[in-house]
Amino acid sequence: MRYLPLTDPDRTAMLEVIGASSIDALFADVPEAARLTGPIEGLPVHAGEAAVERHMARLAARNLSAAEAPFFLGAGAYRHHIPASVDHLIQRGEFLTAYTPYQPEIAQGTLQMLFEFQTQVARLFGCDVANASMYDGSTAAWEAVVMARRITKRSRVLLADGLHPHYVSTMATMARFTGDAIVYAPPKLAASCDEDALVVRIDEDTSCVVVQYPDILGRLPDLEAIAEAAHQSGALLIAVVTEPVSLGAIRSPGELGADVVVGEGQALGVGLQFGGPYLGLFATREKFVRQMPGRLTGETVDAEGKRSFVLTLSTREQHIRRERATSNICTNSGLCALAFSVHLTLLGEKGLRALAAENHRLACLAADRLGKVPGVELVNTSFFNEFALRLNGDARKAVRALADRGLLAGVSLGRLYPDQPELGGGLLVAVTETADEEDIDSLAAGLEDVLA
Amino acid sequence: MNAPNRSGSKPVTPEASTNETGVQTVSGNRGLMLEERLIFEIGTGETTGVDLPQPSPEAPNRLGGLDRSAAIGLPGLSEPETVRHYTRLSRQNYAIDCGIFPLGSCTMKHNPRLNEKVARLHGFADLHPLQPEARVQGALAVIDELAEWLLALTGMQAVAMSPKAGAHGELCGILCIRAALEARGDPRAVILVPESAHGTNPATAAFAGYQVEGIPATAEGRVDLAALTARLGPDVAGVMITNPNTCGLFEPDMIAISDAVHAAGGLVYCDGANFNAIVGRVRPGDLGIDAMHINLHKTFSTPHGGGGPGSGPVVLSEALAPFAPLPFVSRQPDGHLHLIEEENAGEEHGQAFGRMSAFHGQMGMFTRALAYILSHGADGLRQVSGDAVLNANYVLRSLEDVLDAPFAHSGPCMHEALFGDAGFAEGIATLDVAKALIDEGFHPMTMYFPLVVHGAMLIEPTECESRASLDQFIASLRAVAERANAGDPLLTQAPLLAPRRRVDETAAARKPRLVWTEPTGGDTAAA
Repeated sequence: MRYLPLTDPDRTAMLEVIGASSIDALFADVPEAARLTGPIEGLPVHAGEAAVERHMARLAARNLSAAEAPFFLGAGAYRHHIPASVDHLIQRGEFLTAYTPYQPEIAQGTLQMLFEFQTQVARLFGCDVANASMYDGSTAAWEAVVMARRITKRSRVLLADGLHPHYVSTMATMARFTGDAIVYAPPKLAASCDEDALVVRIDEDTSCVVVQYPDILGRLPDLEAIAEAAHQSGALLIAVVTEPVSLGAIRSPGELGADVVVGEGQALGVGLQFGGPYLGLFATREKFVRQMPGRLTGETVDAEGKRSFVLTLSTREQHIRRERATSNICTNSGLCALAFSVHLTLLGEKGLRALAAENHRLACLAADRLGKVPGVELVNTSFFNEFALRLNGDARKAVRALADRGLLAGVSLGRLYPDQPELGGGLLVAVTETADEEDIDSLAAGLEDVLA
Repeated sequence: MNAPNRSGSKPVTPEASTNETGVQTVSGNRGLMLEERLIFEIGTGETTGVDLPQPSPEAPNRLGGLDRSAAIGLPGLSEPETVRHYTRLSRQNYAIDCGIFPLGSCTMKHNPRLNEKVARLHGFADLHPLQPEARVQGALAVIDELAEWLLALTGMQAVAMSPKAGAHGELCGILCIRAALEARGDPRAVILVPESAHGTNPATAAFAGYQVEGIPATAEGRVDLAALTARLGPDVAGVMITNPNTCGLFEPDMIAISDAVHAAGGLVYCDGANFNAIVGRVRPGDLGIDAMHINLHKTFSTPHGGGGPGSGPVVLSEALAPFAPLPFVSRQPDGHLHLIEEENAGEEHGQAFGRMSAFHGQMGMFTRALAYILSHGADGLRQVSGDAVLNANYVLRSLEDVLDAPFAHSGPCMHEALFGDAGFAEGIATLDVAKALIDEGFHPMTMYFPLVVHGAMLIEPTECESRASLDQFIASLRAVAERANAGDPLLTQAPLLAPRRRVDETAAARKPRLVWTEPTGGDTAAA
């Protein structure tokens, strides 16, 4: 067995040192009724590397990957080109096979990387501080709500209609058990966000207002106005960014008044991966640091006065505070944070801005081209790299029909909002630098065909 | 992999080669030990390692007047600088690839590279979670096959695949318990957690809205069955038991515990962090367990990546299966795999308690875990737990004469060996021993956990260590333990040979510096 170094003579010699007759004898504490006497029946036995690879490759071949088709899906997961060096660096064994950096003297690599990551995230989001990552955007968003409750001592949570429905669903699930009251209504297929309708629902019991930016339909809400109204009522503004590349083109939520900015960092370095593992981003104001969830890396010195990095403020965390911890989270998304940080370092300010500009250029091109297809209407007045179309038919059916022709056309609102028949004609189209004009033409031609 | 020197190498004592050689270098580097400045100190806003078309000022703009004008402050590096920066950082890390990583309860086993290769196949890596079902049948098949294996290995009825990590899985299991109790009109307020539990257990129960009460341990390091039974009653929703427990011992009363909890109307959550010790030999379903998370990054070899990502599927008993969260993969009679989400849950899975996160869970971990499971097969997995337990007992019996082993008298341990600080001389702490192991070239064991043993040292070698590797580790720890017992004051200085001397954690917490800021007044940080 290629992953097991012990030989039978090793085992025999070691059992002698231990004073046991067999490996089975080491399991004497297991009640006999529950002890299996041999390998579980009906399951395959071990297999060589070639056989396993063949099996997995066959499964992979049953999927239509984004690399094989014109591709326009977004809705919280974005396909960007990942430079080859990113994947090389995250596979360095010293990063890949290390644990949480509990022993800082031999984990400065991970710790310095996380410190750099925290700084990158804080700057990108326009916040003072950021943590060392969370599971994903949806769980980070819920953790922000919990933090807002701790800070404001209120429990009414107002969600903007443009928040990703999976995030809404995640929060609604958690709130059912924690007693927070979630106030939410699904969006309308309208050209712009209705900030006034949101703002009038903020009251004295509201702990936070959660607004996605750009929102699920790709629209750009006026965070400044919402922040002002929230702050007047003593509530926090939590901004959710599911496409961080957008912040190379548009102003940061922190700059616009958000108190907490959370996000999904998958778009940089991590890849699509059918939904996970992804990367939760979490940033906030300096004054809320001790209320933050998740791991934090801080700068300090060692006994010789050399600059060093270390996990800090762990008194907030479960392994110290147990049932009084700010969160039950133990794992972060370290390797995905590394991928994000390496990609952002390769881009730098100049590259990120150019990447964002190229995304926006192609999205504008696609919006104009697709809006001219008979039976298709562009919904948004503003957007970054994703927008909504209104089709004259069921968008879900159109998406399936296009997939059958080898075109991955976008995400239908019917998939995201099955209970909202009036959104059935909605199609979200994301256009990144991985698409070219030929892909856009194919999509336009395909839509024209299936809607005819 | 394992230590290449199978004949066993001579341990080097810190006295033999301290770094106090008097040699000063201009760079701050010390041979292959390289210092590396921060990207903010070496990068610039004008440098980039990616070739992209430069934006045109005439390009259309639909950003609604939100254009970002001020600098973001993100430094860039060219590709060679980037590769060098992260390569140099990586070399300041210890990792399993460098040697034994005996962190108790963390299961640092070898991460097979086949798993990395298959996870990167385009058909898995470049797949959007919201693609039409018909075009992701292979991905759903990975989820379905892995789920089948997990059910067979645990003897349970259903599995929720979406939890993102162990603690997220705990939350999923506890929410299933809460949903089940509410559905039968009997909501209860209290979850019982043994004193030796992982900190995530009480934190999870509290997060889910429960009051947490402790269960004492016996002198043998097991759950006190009598105390537990006495506390059970109509207010107790359930218990969270870790089995094998955090002392590295199997709970021999597990079936009796489950029976007692069930008789009192409660449910049993098992923390499956230690499943590696029993996989292929014991099915938790045969122990009366209702819910258990499985850390794919422990038992099933997916990489820890410096703190994540993890993956924590939760297996469920018949009583809890109807409440499992969305989404779900369901195999239809014609073999088609169907994703059960919010829209169709009503027909097949109406009691689901909700959704734990966006999308379908940690797919990248599923492909890796499945590749690992297929590689080992049913026979190999049984050998995995056998060798893991063998290695831990070998460590226990090889060191019990120099280290206090509080539970060694009660029989074999499972996959981890637990020691305490009782034998150390005055002034020497577990921390000093751990740091001295760093000088010996090893990652230390888990320290000060579980809380039930004073100055605990929890050693989990895993099945991936050769006998030679264990002997090398044992020889080093033995030498350090002897120095600790003799009160060698140099131990309190350790590590002396690592990239950093002891790091000041107190200073870091007192005035947290969590982001880099431009130095003021020309005062650059010490390199």
